[in-house]
Amino acid sequence: MLLLKKFLRDIPAVIGFAIIVVVVFIGIFAPWLTPKPEAVFDSNIMARLKPPSAEFLFGTDNLGRDICSRVILGTRGALIVSLSVVALAMAIGVPIGLYAGYTSSISGEALMRLVDIFLSVPQLILALAIAQLIGRGLQSAMLALALTYWPFFARTVYSETRRVRHALFVEALQGLGASQARILLVHVLPNVASPVIVRATIGMGFTILTTAVLGFLGIGASPPDPDWGLAIAESRRYLPDAWWFAMFPGLAILVTVLGFNLFGDGLRDLVDPRLRRSR
Amino acid sequence: MSVDDALLAIEDLAVTVGTDEGKAEILDRADLVLRPGSIHGVVGESGCGKSTLIKAILGLLPKRTVVERGRVHFEGRDLLQLSGDAMAREVRGRAIGFIPQDPFQALNPVFRVGDQLMESLRWHGLPGEEAPLRGRVDRATRARHRAHLVSVLSAVQLPDAEQALDRYPHQFSGGQRQRLLIAAALSTRPKVILADEPTTALDVTTQLQILKLLRELAERFGLSMIFVTHDFGVVAQLCDTVTVMYAGQTVESGPVASVLGAPLHPYSRMLLACHPDRAVELAGIPGAVPSPLKPPSGCRFNPRCTDARPVCAMARPAVTTPASQHRVACTLYPPDADPATRAA
Amino acid sequence: MLRFILRRLLLALPALFGLMVLTFIMLRVLPADPSAALAGENATPEQIAAIRAAFGFDLPIWKQFLIYFGQVMRADLGTSLFTNRPVAADIALRLPATIELTFAALIFATAVGIPLGTLAAVWHNSAFDHIVRIVTVAGLAVASFWFAIILQFTFSMEFDILPLRGRLETGIDPPPFFTGLYLIDSLVSLNFTTFLNAIEHLIMPAFTLSLGGLATIARFTRAGVLDTMQKDFVSYAKAAGYPERRIIWVYVLRNSVVAATTQIGLLFGALIAGAVAVEWIYDWPGIGSYAVQAIFTSDYKAILAVTLVVGLIYAFVNLAVDVVLALLDPRVAETL
Repeated sequence: MLLLKKFLRDIPAVIGFAIIVVVVFIGIFAPWLTPKPEAVFDSNIMARLKPPSAEFLFGTDNLGRDICSRVILGTRGALIVSLSVVALAMAIGVPIGLYAGYTSSISGEALMRLVDIFLSVPQLILALAIAQLIGRGLQSAMLALALTYWPFFARTVYSETRRVRHALFVEALQGLGASQARILLVHVLPNVASPVIVRATIGMGFTILTTAVLGFLGIGASPPDPDWGLAIAESRRYLPDAWWFAMFPGLAILVTVLGFNLFGDGLRDLVDPRLRRSR
Repeated sequence: MSVDDALLAIEDLAVTVGTDEGKAEILDRADLVLRPGSIHGVVGESGCGKSTLIKAILGLLPKRTVVERGRVHFEGRDLLQLSGDAMAREVRGRAIGFIPQDPFQALNPVFRVGDQLMESLRWHGLPGEEAPLRGRVDRATRARHRAHLVSVLSAVQLPDAEQALDRYPHQFSGGQRQRLLIAAALSTRPKVILADEPTTALDVTTQLQILKLLRELAERFGLSMIFVTHDFGVVAQLCDTVTVMYAGQTVESGPVASVLGAPLHPYSRMLLACHPDRAVELAGIPGAVPSPLKPPSGCRFNPRCTDARPVCAMARPAVTTPASQHRVACTLYPPDADPATRAA
Repeated sequence: MLRFILRRLLLALPALFGLMVLTFIMLRVLPADPSAALAGENATPEQIAAIRAAFGFDLPIWKQFLIYFGQVMRADLGTSLFTNRPVAADIALRLPATIELTFAALIFATAVGIPLGTLAAVWHNSAFDHIVRIVTVAGLAVASFWFAIILQFTFSMEFDILPLRGRLETGIDPPPFFTGLYLIDSLVSLNFTTFLNAIEHLIMPAFTLSLGGLATIARFTRAGVLDTMQKDFVSYAKAAGYPERRIIWVYVLRNSVVAATTQIGLLFGALIAGAVAVEWIYDWPGIGSYAVQAIFTSDYKAILAVTLVVGLIYAFVNLAVDVVLALLDPRVAETL
């Protein structure tokens, strides 16, 4: 309750949360929310590159499709992609970090060196190379992003696990003969949970951005998917005449990522008293 | 003892701070008199308001604190009325020097010691000289500042004074750092030095050395010093006069021999009885230190006092002078005959 | 100091070696048929067989790795399928452009971000502070490729005050080669027309790229200053009578810059990653647009070489950051 009260006092974080609620709502009910469902995929040359109007709220694209409807549908895609990427990265990174941090075995050390190697190249560059390697398409882009994002989770969990492991109460529990699995599940995992949740929230926003870059570079989604990054790439040819074509998908990215970042910052301030002073 | 012959005097100081749970009275009726050429101890447990007292003198009370009442007399002025700018230009580091509590935290780790110690001289000038205009010092002045610092450093018995100025804080031990900070306080020859528990962070042997040094420096330079501590042993070793504080109130003050030898206030008596000579915490006194959010009415010690009577909870006891220069705020003692002394 | 640099260098080597193993695995082991992958999508079986023999894919893996290791050591990164030139030569040719762009962005981000963050902390909870917070959070949420397009639309297409793409206008010759950085080279050769033209071309790409970094630096400086202002040495400095302004702009800032510098190393990775899309949009002839080209042409060798080179630069920048840190904070050099 006290946490909730503190959170509600942090206005930017509340705004972030509100944005996320709206975006998730749009994502879930996207197919029913599109103002012109018939103009999502079907091209209509007669109506191409129309500026924003009452009929087409955000205007139409080069094939006469309703940009507003496509942005709404794109929300669903972006959320699904980033959620899967973050979930997969967590599924790989969290156990590895726990294992390496808790056992301090040679294999654990080796895994953390592997993490170092992955972190020695910017994530996007490595993701580009891997996506290229396993083939084009949305699935492989997602896989590439997850394969390059797990080290961040592994490192967060690793350092947190190390910290908890050397905390007095864990040593006391070991002395009392508590089983390893029990200590790990009941005592270590809850402590690790909050930094992981913070990292996952910020990771959602970050992944939406990198997915958009991949889409923009033609590695992720492919036409006629209503992908934000892809739409911006397509819009370039119709500048400066059809500014709305580029504008609205980009604004959608901005608002969504802003929501996750604001909310993630607020969460971090809540769970990490060391950083709380920074705001 | 009156305010007139004092070098610095605090009179009926009350300070509150706004917290999430309400207004906390951290100082309620704090009095203190420092006479020239003497060392005055302020003794009390943690949280009794002694550090706030120091901050109030320096004009560095934290945000959200409010001075409700009181005066800080110094050189014919009330320091509480001075502007922040005047405090920075004329008082802090120039008229009043400061020795901090924790020498490990007080020096900025990424600057050379000499650059930091030189800072006071740069803004306040060498003793007896005007301060350089807007802190601009030419090479020759800087060299004179440096030479002066080296001489002060040898006065505080820091070895290799010349080289020490070019080193970084982490290259010194705790005792050496405290010597550096004492030198920093002395370097501008202030009229008063405020020392905020300067030996608490040090180990026992180093504590003794620093106390001995301060005693020597006090005699050699005729220092006037306010020395805050929680340790009656330190007071006995170092101080001439002492003020005992409890929960933001001054309960007793007077010459060290008198206060320590024949304590009048029940709190001082219990405190001294716990452990005659050593660091005393309140282990032996039943009850707990009251919260500044809801202090007891009247004498704040009354809920824990064995001599308490109903009158103690009704009003703040008047200050009386049962022995020569030895004042106490307690209903056990009859009020002074001469109202003039009471007013002091 | 030299010992510190050497030890720090030694620490960087394992990760770099690991990176080589990783790129090797990606190049030779993961693809079902690396020869086919190398030959490209439209290769004939004969071409594939020729490549298999030429690259020694019939040898045991460890031998292949040794060969790869030797090649990388000799800066032999293979031949690009697209340009038909050695990849190493391509990268060497394009690297200065990327360095010029990323460093311009980094310098701009630092020069603006540090004062912005400091002022926001000094005027904590003021309107200025809130604006800086909003702008910095938004700066991290903007897709740089979208921002680049919006800038192009506004300043090149609508108002026509800044050039749309490239490093120099066609018709203006690049300055004589000293460093490969046009700004420096044109200044050194006293070629001011070229210098001004190069600056005009640099403004939008560098600004686009710097946005995220600026936000990060401002945020960390703000947090660092706020944190440092709580430190005992600040209250001591006040009690010892240093003027307030000097405490903030000399003593507090120095400590906060140390905190922000740590971020700059990490930031550089983000800058290089960001340079991929930004270079592509502004047609900036650096390794970022080279990587995009390599992706479009399925040029494995080129893209893995870029990965390797970026890892190398990243390691070098982080080393440099640690050296700067050791210079700023004497305790750092002693902890390693």
